[in-house]
Amino acid sequence: MSTALVEVSNLNAFYGDAQVLFDVNFRLGEGETIGILGANGAGKSTFMKSLTGLVKVDTNSIRLRGEAIGGNAAGEIVRKGIAMVPEGRRLFPSMSVEENLLMGGFAKRKGKWNLQEIYKLFPILKEKRNQPSTSLSGGQQQQVAIGRALMSNPDILLCDEISLGLAPVVIKDIYDSLPSITADGMTVVVVEQDVNLAQRCSQRLYCFQEGRVALEGKSSELSRDQISEAYFGI
Amino acid sequence: MTRNIVAAVVAVGLVILAASLPFWGEAYWMHEFVMVSCFFVFAMMWNLMAGYGGMVSVGQQAWFGLGGYFMLALANLGGVNPFVAIVLGAVLSTLIALPMSKLAFRLQGGYFAIGTWVMAEVVRLTVANISIVGGGSGTSLTAFRGVSRALRENVTYWVALVAVVATIVLVYLFLRSKQGLALQAIRDSEVAAESQGINVARMKLAVYLVSAFGCAIAGGLYFVSNLRISPDAAFSVNWTAFGIFIVMIGGIGRIEGPVIGTLVFWLVSHYFSDYGTWYLIGLGALAIMMTLYARQGITGLLDRFLGVDLFPTRRVFVARKVEAKPAPAARVYNETAGVA
Amino acid sequence: MIETVIHGILLGGLYSLFALGLSLMFGVMRLTNIAHGDQIVISGFMGIAIAAAVNINPFLLILLLVPCALVSGYAFQYFVLNRTIGKDPLPSLVITFGLSIIAQNLLQEIFSANPRALDTGGLNTMGLNLGGDTVVGVLPLIILVCAIACTFGLQWMFAHTALGRSFRAVSDEKDIAELMGLNSARVYSMATAIAFSLVALAGLFQSMRTTVSPTDGPNLLLFAFESVIIGGMGSFWGTFLGAMTLGVAQQVGFHFDPGWGIWFGHLVFILILAFRPSGLFPKTKG
Repeated sequence: MSTALVEVSNLNAFYGDAQVLFDVNFRLGEGETIGILGANGAGKSTFMKSLTGLVKVDTNSIRLRGEAIGGNAAGEIVRKGIAMVPEGRRLFPSMSVEENLLMGGFAKRKGKWNLQEIYKLFPILKEKRNQPSTSLSGGQQQQVAIGRALMSNPDILLCDEISLGLAPVVIKDIYDSLPSITADGMTVVVVEQDVNLAQRCSQRLYCFQEGRVALEGKSSELSRDQISEAYFGI
Repeated sequence: MTRNIVAAVVAVGLVILAASLPFWGEAYWMHEFVMVSCFFVFAMMWNLMAGYGGMVSVGQQAWFGLGGYFMLALANLGGVNPFVAIVLGAVLSTLIALPMSKLAFRLQGGYFAIGTWVMAEVVRLTVANISIVGGGSGTSLTAFRGVSRALRENVTYWVALVAVVATIVLVYLFLRSKQGLALQAIRDSEVAAESQGINVARMKLAVYLVSAFGCAIAGGLYFVSNLRISPDAAFSVNWTAFGIFIVMIGGIGRIEGPVIGTLVFWLVSHYFSDYGTWYLIGLGALAIMMTLYARQGITGLLDRFLGVDLFPTRRVFVARKVEAKPAPAARVYNETAGVA
Repeated sequence: MIETVIHGILLGGLYSLFALGLSLMFGVMRLTNIAHGDQIVISGFMGIAIAAAVNINPFLLILLLVPCALVSGYAFQYFVLNRTIGKDPLPSLVITFGLSIIAQNLLQEIFSANPRALDTGGLNTMGLNLGGDTVVGVLPLIILVCAIACTFGLQWMFAHTALGRSFRAVSDEKDIAELMGLNSARVYSMATAIAFSLVALAGLFQSMRTTVSPTDGPNLLLFAFESVIIGGMGSFWGTFLGAMTLGVAQQVGFHFDPGWGIWFGHLVFILILAFRPSGLFPKTKG
């Protein structure tokens, strides 16, 4: 396994008085693609939000290249190289496609990704760049959301349920774009409810259940039974 | 249980003692009580709107003034007993509040607040152009001619006492009722309340109308005691200013908040009103400080540091906690990013 | 009648300067500043006080006071109002309402209750003959041009600059905007800074054109608010046209009976709210 880029140790996250994550341990190697599986409410999204600073957690529970970044402001974390494609896309509705992408580049980091590269990856967006983002189809909106996250040139790209609510054909398109994103060594975390998708695109898998990591292992070595047990708790 | 009975006995004792004031107290005390009770009832109504209904209004003076003017018109022009006219006037004010609410509810948040203010101004300007009630310079309540001063003052005092007690008891019972609980659910989350089958729009309308009625009672009472009315006095935004200050200083979203707040207000106005505008400036500054640093007001501070809870409306807080626990993932976003 | 309409439009120019700041703050952060009108008055009085101390051209006062308002607006948002931002509008409303009451009474203590005007060296009485009997004031014309420039500037800034995009981003999706690296506290503060500058400008114009007195604030707030709602909350041009509508409505009311002018403006607002709640010019944003 490669050296740890992100090391999460004993992460606990709360929503008000309710604890949502319990002692989560998680490792992310440079250049890896990781899948995170789990049912609704298993804590996957909260975990993503902890990594990006949208949920406040203990400083030392998350380390990026050894530096404690837990609970940092979202704006600081994106400058340190973690970007997220949020669940439900959450585009800026008042903005055009290109303006959405420009917002993603607000935290200026050096790297390959710029408007031209995004348009090369998703050609349809170039055609529609001046259209309101709300006028696009679901799949195209998802492409904008991914492009927006890439614009900050992150080292780590977190994708929260990017297949949600999309047609199978469209999902395939989206997932087919992943290799061109990881080609230059970008580290990717994919949160999924679909076991097949997650297993196919990742090298390692984590299964979340009721706020805990119930299973981790190499994607190719985990059996369906193991995953089902960790997923559904049966 | 025994604690409740003791509290009830003490409360009834206090009310009986207060009711006998005309037989042993001075007229000056009674007048003071009537004035303060108008502020208190008004503040209770603002608290009901903002603290429980989640509607911040800056236009409650519309109902206060209308209550006063309807009372005066009914008594002066219609020959109705002024005390009966207070209640009739409040009913009429509420009837006017009904169509007005439809307009106000088209606006949200801060714009709702200013919208209610515009409506109060419309009412003020309209009344100021009606010459039969004195136009812009106002008029006097003449219906008491021939009634002895002592009798008028005593009855006014008793009516004020009834208004205060009724306000406290009715608001208390309302908040402990099913509707009251629904109202608090709406305050915590309108969407969640709606999904549980609570008719949010109807509850809000009900609170708006009750509040208008209460403010109109306060207005009618104030001008029965004051005997002189003018549009600028009756529809002054200062009524709402005092209401807000009383509630924010005493503690919003609690029944005892306006009680404590009114006491503070009375003390401040009693001892500092000679300083003119400075005492208004001081009250405003105090309310701002409380809002910034002690959002739950004096009662909140008492509760936190001494564990004193005058009115056991604890269901308020139970309801809030239960609501917060099952954390739907989507809401975590808003909550954590809420404070910059 | 044409003269009444022209006067209404000129008055609307002033009102749109009142309204733009309110519209900006509500649009960016759903914040309503109840002391908005009082700040217009404060700005007028500050101009009058400075002009009384040192002999200064009123237009130089603009160059002096607008930057001050920019800084104080930023600081006020950053240190005070940002503490109150959230789902609940109550804290910011109570604080700005409290400030409104304090401002009115302080002004009364300092300047007494009398209305005052800023000396323009005769500019406020200069007129321009439009042919026939129609004469328009030079100063109201300057104000109208200024209002058009400000509206255009704001609209352009929103549509084409990074700052404008930041405003729209925090308005659309605050937490996602932060995820992109935006500091929403600073973006909010910039919005209030700009709103305060517009208020300062409006206040100086108000005191040049007519008079200011300590208790004028609430009425000015209501005019600003009515302009925003009449125009519809879609764009700054909507606000501008809303202000024109209100100005004309009030002038028409005054024309019939001086006692009913403002009432007639309120009436138009209420009719709009009743029958066209999304305003007369509800062009969607973007």
